[in-house]
Amino acid sequence: MFPELNNLLNTTPDQAEQGKLTLLCDAKTDGSFLVHHFLSFYLKANCKVCFVALIQSFSHYNIVGQKLGVSLTTARECGQLVFLEGLKSAVDIFFRPQEDPHPLQFLREANSGNLQPLYEFVQEALKPMDSGEAAWRCPVLLVDDLSVLLSLGVGAVAVLDFVHYCRATVCREQKGNVVALVHDSGDAEDEENDILLNGLGHQSHLILRAEGLATGFCKDVHGQPKGSS
Amino acid sequence: MLESLLAPGGLVLLRDSVEWEGRSLLKALIKKSALCGEQVHILGCEVSEEEFREGFDSNINSRLVYHDLFRDPLNWSKTGEALPGGPLEALRALCRRTDPVPVTIALDSLSWLLLHLPCTTLCQTLHALSRQDSCHGDSSPGEQVHVLGLLHEELHGPGPLGALSSLAQTEVTLSGVMGQASAHILYRRPQQRPTHQLPCETQWFSILPDFSLELQGGPPLESQPNPDPRTPSTDPTTHLTFNLHLSKKEREAKDSLTLPFQFSSEKALGPSSTDVPKVIWAWVEPDQTLEKWPCLQAAVLRGQEARWTAGSTAPWAEPGYQPHFL
Repeated sequence: MFPELNNLLNTTPDQAEQGKLTLLCDAKTDGSFLVHHFLSFYLKANCKVCFVALIQSFSHYNIVGQKLGVSLTTARECGQLVFLEGLKSAVDIFFRPQEDPHPLQFLREANSGNLQPLYEFVQEALKPMDSGEAAWRCPVLLVDDLSVLLSLGVGAVAVLDFVHYCRATVCREQKGNVVALVHDSGDAEDEENDILLNGLGHQSHLILRAEGLATGFCKDVHGQPKGSS
Repeated sequence: MLESLLAPGGLVLLRDSVEWEGRSLLKALIKKSALCGEQVHILGCEVSEEEFREGFDSNINSRLVYHDLFRDPLNWSKTGEALPGGPLEALRALCRRTDPVPVTIALDSLSWLLLHLPCTTLCQTLHALSRQDSCHGDSSPGEQVHVLGLLHEELHGPGPLGALSSLAQTEVTLSGVMGQASAHILYRRPQQRPTHQLPCETQWFSILPDFSLELQGGPPLESQPNPDPRTPSTDPTTHLTFNLHLSKKEREAKDSLTLPFQFSSEKALGPSSTDVPKVIWAWVEPDQTLEKWPCLQAAVLRGQEARWTAGSTAPWAEPGYQPHFL
């Protein structure tokens, strides 16, 4: 994690808030560093993390995580991390029986309806342990990223419904946190993405926005973060 | 301000944005209605009941009836906790309630309903909901139904926004400057208001933690509203240590400059300006230049290509050698 970002947000892994939806947004720059930050932050905070990773492979996140002081391999082996590798699962889905439920079931359907299977995967991954004694501090759902679901044919309202249910379950019932990255298309006039971004903006407790510099590309300075709550 | 919003009755549309949220004003209006003795029905789609009731004291909370569409609006959990019939049936159930007392109905939010229901169906149901005071034959003339609808205007196109606006008795658009919130209020039914009240007005306000409303005088005079938060408000070329601009003289010199790839009469090399000079290869003695070969120079001017052929010995080594052309 980045200590500078913790200072800006006035938080530490020991004092992480609960029951919050944090929206990560990037415009004209790459905001994936925020995803890596929160992944390492919540693993260090001893939270149980369900990571829906649709953009990169497990090894990519693991390599970056090691530089930030966490081992995703160790976290997955001890049950702290549930990792849905979208790139791998998207291929597997076409080689298994159609009756078997799959989180990315919408890829098989001609008319991608809703993300209920994905929600049920998250719900199962983060459900409290049967022993009654919590091994982990609180559940956290991390999604990288939601904009790619629009590119895969899911409607903005369906994605908003998915986040709605995750909020109801993870944030309200289990007092956990949800962190999701959405790209800002800016001047591209992507209506669906704008609905998703603004809809999540109304639901979020904290919005972290990474913007490129107004003067253009710079080798040493990539952008500036803005936060609003 | 709250009294003037609730007085006309009917639908009060609260239009907010991500930057200027409207749920606090909605809760302030709900508190005002509850303090006036009205029962308040809330159709909650976006926040949980616990989160919505936060900030209200027990007296206010006892007058709130929360219809929970947040927990399981689409019946995904299949636990039986979802409201039967989904969001439309929940909305129609509010139309069928038989509470005799004055009542306020809060829709949090109309945007969620508009994203999940057809616009025409929603408008018809809202129209029926807003006109309930004329539907109940035994209601006294003073009793009205107040419908408060929270609408996130960035989520919808002009068509649905216009349709909902046409149904509203009062429309409140939230904005602000420099952290100071304002409400632009438009009264669509002027004949139902006191004569001294203007058809539209702008009020600067702040909502206190207990959801009381405090009117403000307005923002500082020197503050400028930023219409698009995504566009930078400062010129990036200010405070630079180098000059990016051109003076008038420099601009004129730049505009009058002819570029190398542009053909012009000044740049012609011979009788015809369209001839393209070709490259010639020539062995030149160190102390000789092209000017000493007048025939070769003429070939260049006419644009002809000339090339030396090498003999067994270097041409320049032979006494009295003459260049020849191919």
